[in-house]
Amino acid sequence: MTVKEIFDTMDYGLAPESAKEALGWIAERKGQFGLYIGGRMTGVGDTFATRNPANGEVLAQVTQATPDDVDTAVTAARKAQRKWAALSGHERAKYLYALARLVQKHSRLFAVLETLDNGKPIRESRDIDIPLVARHFYYHAGMAQLQDAELPDREALGVCGQIIPWNFPLLMLSWKIAPAIAMGNTVVLKPAEYTSLTALLFAQICDEAGLPKGVVNIVTGDGRVGEAIVTHEDIDKIAFTGSTEVGRVIRRETAGSGKSLTLELGGKSPYIVFDDADLDSAVEGLVDAIWFNQGQVCCAGSRLIVQEGIADRFYAKLKARMDKLRMGDPLDKSIDVGAVVDPVQHAQITKLVEAGASDGELYQAPCPIPDTGCFYPPTLITGLSSASMLMQEEIFGPVLVATTFRTPSEAVEIANNTRYGLAATVWSENVNLTLDIAPKLAAGVVWVNGTNMFDAAAGFGGVRESGFGREGGWEGLQTYTKPRAKAQSLKPIAAFAAPKEAKVDALDRTAKFYIGGKQARPDGGYSQAVWSKQGDLLGHVGIANRKDIRNAVEAAHAAAGWSKTTGHLRAQILYYVGENLSARAEEFAARIDAMMGGRNGRKEVEAAVSRLFTYAAWADKYDGAAKPVPMRGVALAMNEPVGVIGGFCPDDAPLLGLVSLMAPAIAMGNRVVLAASEPFPLAATDFYQVLDTSDVPAGVVNIVTGSHAELASPLAGHLGVDAVWAQSGADISAIVEGESAGNLKRSWVNNANARDWFGAAGEGREFLVHATEVKTIWVPYGE
Amino acid sequence: MKSEATSTRAKGGDRAAAQLPQVTHPRNPGMELNMDWVRATQANTSAIERRCSALPGRRSVKKDHQAAWLLKAITMIDLTTLAGDDTPGRVRRLCAKAAHPVRPEILSALGVGNITTGAVCVYHDMIAPAVETLRHMGVALPVAAVSTGFPAGLSPYHLRIEEIRESVRAGASEIDIVISRRHVLTGNWQALYDEMRDFREACGDAHVKAILATGELGSLRNVARASLVCMMAGADFIKTSTGKESVNATLPVSLVMIRAIRDYYEATGYRVGYKPAGGISKAKDAITYLALIKEELGDDWLTPDLFRFGASSLLGDIERQLEHHVTGHYSATYRHPMG
Repeated sequence: MTVKEIFDTMDYGLAPESAKEALGWIAERKGQFGLYIGGRMTGVGDTFATRNPANGEVLAQVTQATPDDVDTAVTAARKAQRKWAALSGHERAKYLYALARLVQKHSRLFAVLETLDNGKPIRESRDIDIPLVARHFYYHAGMAQLQDAELPDREALGVCGQIIPWNFPLLMLSWKIAPAIAMGNTVVLKPAEYTSLTALLFAQICDEAGLPKGVVNIVTGDGRVGEAIVTHEDIDKIAFTGSTEVGRVIRRETAGSGKSLTLELGGKSPYIVFDDADLDSAVEGLVDAIWFNQGQVCCAGSRLIVQEGIADRFYAKLKARMDKLRMGDPLDKSIDVGAVVDPVQHAQITKLVEAGASDGELYQAPCPIPDTGCFYPPTLITGLSSASMLMQEEIFGPVLVATTFRTPSEAVEIANNTRYGLAATVWSENVNLTLDIAPKLAAGVVWVNGTNMFDAAAGFGGVRESGFGREGGWEGLQTYTKPRAKAQSLKPIAAFAAPKEAKVDALDRTAKFYIGGKQARPDGGYSQAVWSKQGDLLGHVGIANRKDIRNAVEAAHAAAGWSKTTGHLRAQILYYVGENLSARAEEFAARIDAMMGGRNGRKEVEAAVSRLFTYAAWADKYDGAAKPVPMRGVALAMNEPVGVIGGFCPDDAPLLGLVSLMAPAIAMGNRVVLAASEPFPLAATDFYQVLDTSDVPAGVVNIVTGSHAELASPLAGHLGVDAVWAQSGADISAIVEGESAGNLKRSWVNNANARDWFGAAGEGREFLVHATEVKTIWVPYGE
Repeated sequence: MKSEATSTRAKGGDRAAAQLPQVTHPRNPGMELNMDWVRATQANTSAIERRCSALPGRRSVKKDHQAAWLLKAITMIDLTTLAGDDTPGRVRRLCAKAAHPVRPEILSALGVGNITTGAVCVYHDMIAPAVETLRHMGVALPVAAVSTGFPAGLSPYHLRIEEIRESVRAGASEIDIVISRRHVLTGNWQALYDEMRDFREACGDAHVKAILATGELGSLRNVARASLVCMMAGADFIKTSTGKESVNATLPVSLVMIRAIRDYYEATGYRVGYKPAGGISKAKDAITYLALIKEELGDDWLTPDLFRFGASSLLGDIERQLEHHVTGHYSATYRHPMG
């Protein structure tokens, strides 16, 4: 075209970023890569091709790591870990700072390589991915620097196995590696098989930073390599970002292994537009939500929920905006939508849309589709309802599905009508409305009048089947550190057996379950006697079965209002429970002594009263945070209740143990279903009388008795339970973790280790962390 | 939601046609003031800023395309001098530059014939020398005059109306009026509407550009609402600034105004023009503005009929970029005739 012709048409033309340097970098390595283990690149093993999805061309041959390779990498990481953790925080900070600087120095090489390997537009890799990577290393250099002073009671976990996805290859690497090594862990990281190249370039900058050998190890390959990492016995922690399906498998495979686990999984994030929103900006937000990275974003705002009265106008504006989207060569600087990562993904998107689009009306951007490469046009499907398959299933492509709502509460209901809970977006110019809606949304991240905002200072992660654990911020360090404590094995405690000659008080006393504020008989109709050491019949307790669990969870759900109460109210009630327990201290002490055959009863009651006071104190003091994110606005980190928590109470402290689980949970607004100490259940059943007289609303605390081993599976497997804490004397950690895979509930298990319920380990922040989810609410502002 | 257009005063494009093929648009006749629409209009500042900061990274125009876009930008410049020391001689020099904004050998290397700027823009007393110079040169280039007590717009109302009439009589075919900012700041939309109606009436066949002085309106929401009201009252163009405020044209303000133009077009079918003024001095900025227009309003607006830059130093930077494009070497200011 001549200048004259362009003058008339005003076309954009091509603005390609050169791939020369990146291809040169690959060529210098002869187009083939080994693994990065113990600070050096290994020889090339069996390889597979990594391709440019925009044109199908092979970029390089990458090694498929063997289980032996993984083992070598873990050994290298293990060898390096102690020395690495022993460095001062400042020493580690210097390395992280060097990594941040090196990412910046090689920023264009990283960006081009990322776009070649992944297919995302160069604008995104250049302006978003790589700057966020550098930011993440800078931020965590600071965390290493502050560790000694700010986190003196915590220490590194050890060797971390990290498995990352292909949608943000280098960014996810940084989210995994930076906090891990900052805290003194060493890592074995597996990039996704489609996108290994920037991780291999990162290996090079680890060398340039002089990072000690073995601190970072990178093994490439497909899911088999991931499996070798997940099942490796000498790995202390698994961090996985990827599909919910694989996350579930990992949860099951690591169950009972003692490995710490964080999962960042899929989503079907709602994008709510109220009728008083700046509609044009909300439309533009959707470009950043669902057409960012071809919609291959776990937190993509993929479910548009728009107020009915403006829906037609909004859809018209949206379609007009879609008409302007440009799709094509991701290296072209004027491209909005690049290639999806692989033909397999393209086929998956195509299949889902073909299967579900007929439920609504399909509109696709009229942009020309390149002849070769994996390109899928921006797509909108309107007129769907919550029952439509496409409203429920994650598509992981540039496909937006839409429905309408009438009222704010209906918007919340539709938004939360999903198994997922990663992110949510709310558009309205009414601050009252947005700040009311944001806390009600089931999501780890909420964006108000914006979308897909990320920063190292702000926690990111999900609830429900979107996984657990946070990345970024102080909260992100929780999952890369543990309390400094020596583990001691838990000694099983058996109930006193029935004596040959029973000593029975004539007056029968039958303890029941406490469900929904009422005493309930066991569904199964079975009970068991509780004997003292001397052979006195102390009473009978029911043996709970799965239906009792069902009833208790249902009661806990009915008490959802508790989560909306104020911390002040919850504090008052906890103090009152303490007061009433104190009034009956003698009786409880005697009961404990009778059950356990000891003389610690009084001490335990006093400790329990103190513990109730502790959490009454915490109820209105476990503050959230306002994160200093780099924008005009505020990112609020709010500590929200997890929901319904199932707890298996410790055997060895029948009253204090129960209070130690119950009090932090309800102080933070959770409702609980507790299985009482198995050998000594009567303190718990006496305790419900205290609850009854202390204004604890019905259903907030539910108590059952019975076999923990029997109840572990129904409680941990219950899809309406949000977390399970297994502090039982019975060895149920593996069952609880395995069963929790069903809805990916949070699990906190003791791995058969003892805890000193009377000491400092028995209360405090560790409990509060487990009793809350951090929700990050981004509120940009400005007039 | 939006009422029918109420005026039939539209006469169609009466301005001297520029030298390139152009689509003529019916003039915006205006409509009744629709307060429901005005009050429902929102502008979320942070989101608007994000869109604007991402745009230059989303659209990149290179090589021949860049040269063509820069030529286009020149045809959209209202080459402006608004200084107290303006003289007929100064204005004659400006007009000569407007008629031949780029050295002919650069144009021929690019394979295009002569182009002109969109207009020249002067104070009332300089209209006559400008019109005369252009007629003498045989160049059909509109002369725009700033009016209505520019830049503050606080002179007696009847004099502001009369100033428009005088300027039209003096030969200005485009009148850049300034609105009373106080009407916006006090939410007196009816007063703003009435004032704009009167100004439009006084312009007759001359096109009227409404200068909102966005730097003094306090918020983007006010900018959006003032834009709508001025269009409802019959503005042919809406324009950001006088160039005399401390903050003049910005991308966020532009985005708000052109989205208002888009909404108005969707509701009425009339295309209103847009003129950012003040602060645009780099070729790169000009391309970003054109990309913004292309993205948000569409190619229809990429014509001097519907888009102008109010700028004095932009042309110089574009000339240097064009010479660089032709020669492959960076240029110098003194190599290009001054305006």
